[in-house]
Amino acid sequence: MLEIKNLHAAAGDKEILRGVNLSVGRGEVHVILGPNGSGKSTLMNVILGHPKYQITGGEIFFDGEDLTALKTFERARRGIFLSFQNPEEIPGITVENMLRTAKQSVTGEKIKILQFHKELLALMKDLQISAEYANRYMNVGFSGGEKKRNEILQLLTLQPKLALLDETDSGLDVDAVEIVSAGVAKFHNEKNSCIIITHNAQILKHLPVNRAHIFLNGRIVRSGGAELVGEVSEKGYAPFEVES
Amino acid sequence: MKKNYIQDIERALYDVRDADKSIYKSDAGLTEEIIRDISARKNDPPWMLEFRLKSLEVYKKISLPTWGPDISALNMDEIVTYVKPNAKQVDDWSQVPDEIKKTFDRLGIPEAEKKSLAGVGAQYDSEVVYHSIQKRLTDLGVVYTDMETALVEHEDIVREYFMTLVPPKDHKFAALHGAVWSGGSFVYVPAGVDVKIPLQSYFRLNAAGAGQFEHTLIIVEPNAKLHFIEGCSAPRYNVTNLHAGCVELFVKEGARLRYSTIENWSRNMMNLNTKRALVEKNALVEWVSGSFGSHVSMLYPCSVLHGEGARAEFTGVTFAGKGQNLDTGAIVIHAAPKTSANINTRTISKSGGAATYRSAVKVTKNAPFAKCSVNCESLMLDDKSRSDTLPVMDIEGDEADIGHEAKIGRISEEAVFYLMARGISEEEARAMIVRGFVEPIAKELPLEYAVEMNNLINLELEGQL
Repeated sequence: MLEIKNLHAAAGDKEILRGVNLSVGRGEVHVILGPNGSGKSTLMNVILGHPKYQITGGEIFFDGEDLTALKTFERARRGIFLSFQNPEEIPGITVENMLRTAKQSVTGEKIKILQFHKELLALMKDLQISAEYANRYMNVGFSGGEKKRNEILQLLTLQPKLALLDETDSGLDVDAVEIVSAGVAKFHNEKNSCIIITHNAQILKHLPVNRAHIFLNGRIVRSGGAELVGEVSEKGYAPFEVES
Repeated sequence: MKKNYIQDIERALYDVRDADKSIYKSDAGLTEEIIRDISARKNDPPWMLEFRLKSLEVYKKISLPTWGPDISALNMDEIVTYVKPNAKQVDDWSQVPDEIKKTFDRLGIPEAEKKSLAGVGAQYDSEVVYHSIQKRLTDLGVVYTDMETALVEHEDIVREYFMTLVPPKDHKFAALHGAVWSGGSFVYVPAGVDVKIPLQSYFRLNAAGAGQFEHTLIIVEPNAKLHFIEGCSAPRYNVTNLHAGCVELFVKEGARLRYSTIENWSRNMMNLNTKRALVEKNALVEWVSGSFGSHVSMLYPCSVLHGEGARAEFTGVTFAGKGQNLDTGAIVIHAAPKTSANINTRTISKSGGAATYRSAVKVTKNAPFAKCSVNCESLMLDDKSRSDTLPVMDIEGDEADIGHEAKIGRISEEAVFYLMARGISEEEARAMIVRGFVEPIAKELPLEYAVEMNNLINLELEGQL
């Protein structure tokens, strides 16, 4: 589904991604582990074409199509979703209005307003978001945990093929991580894929992890099975530094 | 590089100009002879002629304001102050001359009247050509008429209030207004009457190089309620037109008045309008103000909180495009204890337009426990445009609770990316952000104007060069 080959990217003069190779198949769940500042978030943003970063080498293919020539919204319409580490506050646009516009953009179909409203409220209930939030402005005045649950609400509404979750669990208390984790588990099936950046194994509890990758200094230095997650929580990243 | 821009306001609708078929025009400029001539044609009572002549004297003595936008393009010797349309005032649209009726049809006035208004006044150049009010309201004692009729039928009331709140000596254009005013609306709501459906006046200036000086006088007696809507537009000419209207609102004890205006003058218009409300004990005035048109605007509706517990809410949006310099804001004077006010504005500038937010909040010694909060936000859509925020506060009263928040910014590129990451196209993302920016204001506008404003914020994406 996603093929990244020798990807290099920079922000201005500063090279951040230094030869990333990653292959994610349909139905797979991948975990990326790595210290702060190693470039994990940049990788997510580059996959969606953030204008701040320039690709200086390598390729990104999604379902066989070269992504690099596509605009961000075109990539999203192909079925890529990013759960942001720091979701933006957008005054004046309600959660429901934004999600309806997004759903319409992604599916290309006219949305039935009442039915959409009903479905949205049902999803919000699952995520323990109170119904009034549908009419609140996007992330404005939301707590950190509410913002993250709102990201998962968008994930479940838009039903992408590939979900990129950038530290969706960070800064959350135990109960909130459980809600988010259950939400991601609800989303995942054999037809879609997830790439999860995390420092915390708890979010993976309900998910079958196929591969884990250690990300250091702008690239993946080791890939393995789910057991790598435990290894990192025990020993940290020091043992992998040598390999980078 | 890609370049995004928000379209200029769609003006085609307003820019259709009719042939000038006025039956009388005063000479250009301003002399005693012209004032006497206007007064005679309008059959003013003698005190009004005297008022006009005194105002002219004041006008000659006061100089132009030395602050704010450049209005030197205005040459009073070239402005025609009085244009009488070839139409009598009627209360049936079918009797309005075809061309004039067509103009108001295009602007949607008769349609809005059927749907959502309890009374309508329509002014074309200097005179009101159509007026109606539901019988239900007249039975309750509500008066809604043009100023000339009011001067005949309710002369004592007009004489008691006319230009007492905005005296001619206030500034040069108030003096000018006192001398040459014509047309406008008079509303009187008796004590305790709740006018549930809005009244609306629409002002259309068709003649080139003319001025419009309509006077709006609204008196809402104790515990009465009214929503009054005003719209203005004009086609574009290459000569400067002048709008120097005057609005005086008297909101008595416990009364509520909501006053909504949408101004969409053409880009050759100098809009130098004066609006003021006198708010008595526990009364409320709500201003909703949209400024989209004109070449230059100077507009700062003023609320004088005169009685204990009086309140003012000001909600305004200003959109300055190419060649426009819109200097708008609000004034609040706290002159009694426990008075409170909220000022909430949004300004947008694009394509080299300049938008200035200017406000003054004064709390007098007689106004302990005053509360005032000001929130003004500006959005610049490109590097060519300008935005300034000039709030002034003068607090003398004790225990005042004053808050002020000002923001000047651009569209957040991170917010655009966030929306695009959800599949929303770039131009739609930008339009959504701009619409979101004005949303707190848009939801206060009368529905048809809110829809219109959303249409105005219509984004386009220019291809790669």
